[in-house]
Amino acid sequence: MEVLNNYGIVLAVLGAVLAALVSGVGSARGVSMGGVAGAGVITEDPSKFGKVLILQLLPGTQGIYGLLIAFITLSQIGVIGGGAEEISFAKGLCYLGACLPMAIVGYTSAIRQANASVASIGVIAKKPEQFGKAMIFPAMVETYAILALLISILAVIGVGGLNI
Amino acid sequence: MALLNMQRIYIYALKKDRKKLLELLQRRGVVETRNMIKEDAVFKKSDTQAAKAVFERNIASAQEALEILDTYSPEKKSLLSSFKGRSEVSCEVYDAFRDKYDTTVDIANQIIRLSRSIAESKAEQLKYRTQAEVLAPWVSLDIPLDYKGTKHTAGFIGCLPKAWDLEALYASLCDFMPVHIEIISAIKDQTCIFAVCSRDKADGVYAALRGMDFSYPSISADEPPAVQLQNLKEQIKETEDAIIKAQDEIGALAGKREELKFLYDYETMRLEKYEVLGNLLQSKNLFIVSGFIPEKDAASLAGELSEKFGAFVETEAPRKKDEVPVLYRNNAFSAPLESVVNSYSPPGRGESDPTMVMSLFYYMLFGLMFSDTGYGLILALACGIGLLLFRKTMEQSMKKNLLMFMYCGIATVFWGIMFASYFGDLPDVISTKFFGNEQIPVIPPVMFFPVEKPMLMLTFSMAIGIIHLFAGLGMKAYLLIRQKDFKSLLYDVVFWYGLLVSGIIVLLSMEMLTSMLQISVTIPAPVRNVAKYVAIICALGIILTNGRESRQPFKRILKGLYALYGISGYLSDVLSYSRLLALGLATGVIASVINKMAAMLPGPIPFFIVVIIGHSLNFGINVLGAYVHTNRLQFVEFFGKFYEGGGKLFTPFGIHTKYFKVKEKMKNGSIE
Repeated sequence: MEVLNNYGIVLAVLGAVLAALVSGVGSARGVSMGGVAGAGVITEDPSKFGKVLILQLLPGTQGIYGLLIAFITLSQIGVIGGGAEEISFAKGLCYLGACLPMAIVGYTSAIRQANASVASIGVIAKKPEQFGKAMIFPAMVETYAILALLISILAVIGVGGLNI
Repeated sequence: MALLNMQRIYIYALKKDRKKLLELLQRRGVVETRNMIKEDAVFKKSDTQAAKAVFERNIASAQEALEILDTYSPEKKSLLSSFKGRSEVSCEVYDAFRDKYDTTVDIANQIIRLSRSIAESKAEQLKYRTQAEVLAPWVSLDIPLDYKGTKHTAGFIGCLPKAWDLEALYASLCDFMPVHIEIISAIKDQTCIFAVCSRDKADGVYAALRGMDFSYPSISADEPPAVQLQNLKEQIKETEDAIIKAQDEIGALAGKREELKFLYDYETMRLEKYEVLGNLLQSKNLFIVSGFIPEKDAASLAGELSEKFGAFVETEAPRKKDEVPVLYRNNAFSAPLESVVNSYSPPGRGESDPTMVMSLFYYMLFGLMFSDTGYGLILALACGIGLLLFRKTMEQSMKKNLLMFMYCGIATVFWGIMFASYFGDLPDVISTKFFGNEQIPVIPPVMFFPVEKPMLMLTFSMAIGIIHLFAGLGMKAYLLIRQKDFKSLLYDVVFWYGLLVSGIIVLLSMEMLTSMLQISVTIPAPVRNVAKYVAIICALGIILTNGRESRQPFKRILKGLYALYGISGYLSDVLSYSRLLALGLATGVIASVINKMAAMLPGPIPFFIVVIIGHSLNFGINVLGAYVHTNRLQFVEFFGKFYEGGGKLFTPFGIHTKYFKVKEKMKNGSIE
């Protein structure tokens, strides 16, 4: 068990990295899907750039949430900002688990949200005045990324206070 | 709540005044025309299709001409010009345009013609260039390409695939000597040759050459290639000149840009007028305009029309079946949010305007999600300065948008102070990095740090959510009271209020929940017991009444049970407000990350570069997130409780131009 405890910090860092990495990959794919669809609209009507850009950026937030979780975790375990303490195997595992909602939901929701965004960009191409409604559809998907972010934040902060 | 009352209006006037009267109506822009009277034997509509087609064509050519002008002599536009709005012109300028009308149409057509001739010249140029390319390998040949020989000799000019040398060529034609062969040019996959033989051997030579895949050149001419190439070059030069000339001519017409814009607007206005004209009912001497008018404008318009044209004006209240158009009336605080309501849907029949109530929450929710004093200040200042600089010429819609974001910015400043976020923790970072101050935080929060007490912040967010949802339910109550539907008020609102409030009281009396939410409330036991019974009674009430559209008792109870299940909807609605925490934290934590990264760099200059770039990015992303999610909370959680929309905005017959505003002379506050 003593040997395993050396790996606590590894698991915690792994969790932080996964949160930024996996949701970042998802957001990158999502934003690129939006960009491809948006570029098509812009060739027809460059004046729609502003609206299309907003829709394209919507799936980009998951990557930022992932970054957020990664940062909170890294500063909790003292990798950033100093004050590193001994992290037991169990605690490391807790951190890893706490990061997973953001990593997994972030990835999936970014891509699903991009699907909705692409469809909404199609709406903008035909009916630019319906921007408000078109924006809501992708925003609905984001709810679940936000819920995952919430749980990950609460869990990471909570695990910091655990005495295991 | 805040919608203007509409009235039906009928205007009866003499046909001789038709043009003047319609122009006046268009300038006033207070009547939305509708067909309210049916055609009969006396009153008929007239056909304006032909006239409208002319206007549409002119609009299209003005637009095309303007686009062409933009390509060949682009207009200089500053970055801020989109705030500026349309320029104003007076009625006199408008009336004077009639004299310039024909010449402007001609100018538009001339520009289009010129651009077409440019396109044609370019196509021609391309053709010449391709020909020149084909000729290039033959340039050293000094006889025409269609040379076939003399009386006694036969000549062959053409290409062989692949590279050949002279020896190999002679070898393959050795049976037909005497033959003279010249290689004009040779590249890797093509050899251009000229061969001469005596005429009686011509067929044999040709057959042998065919065997080597000989082909004649694809271009033929009766002049030597060099001469021909020279001709082509001259032709290319000619087209080049033609293009430049046409471009110059277009450039010279760039000064007419304003007139073309005016033509566009002028024809747009005329098109709108003729559309109305086409819907008018007309008899031999009379015509009737029918439509909707805001009640406040009705009397003055009626007075003016009867005074100027002797028209007879009749107004009446809208009928039950009418789809009355919607025109908002809000104070300066709420009015900026009308566009947000419109992007959901304007209020439908029997609904009231939710803008006012929404504005109480909108700015606050935005501020909570953006929640940084520095960012809020930048947002509010940027919008404020924009409003100040262009206050005279700015379009109404742009003004409202800027106002909305300015209020949002102010709310953001408020919440930023509450949670002590100033570009994240920038004051702390600067004071420790540059002044060696160890005492942080420099500025303590008025409420608390959300990062330190996330659970408390979550509770706070949900509490705001509950207030928001209750306000939505309250709006429903208001609507039902206005419709005097007191049964529904009791069944759909009072029962739900009772259930929710007592449910919350019961939940709060559980120690597990309060400790989790990090709040301390003590609910006295009697209150808790009463709450329990109220909750049960209300739940029963909901089960019994909420399925009341079904007559069959069993089905009715089932539907009631399903309605009670809607309480899970309230739960998810409240949880949805956790985004206030999540987005607020996202702003603050990312800002801190930026500050921390900047603090790792040595020296103040790299520090401030990272701070400025990083915070601009964070600002952009979060202002977008806050805007989108505030809208979502309003549209889904809040509107879901009481609002359907589906109305139609008031679109009066008026002046809907793109480039110019026609200014009316103002006298004593009323339009002259």
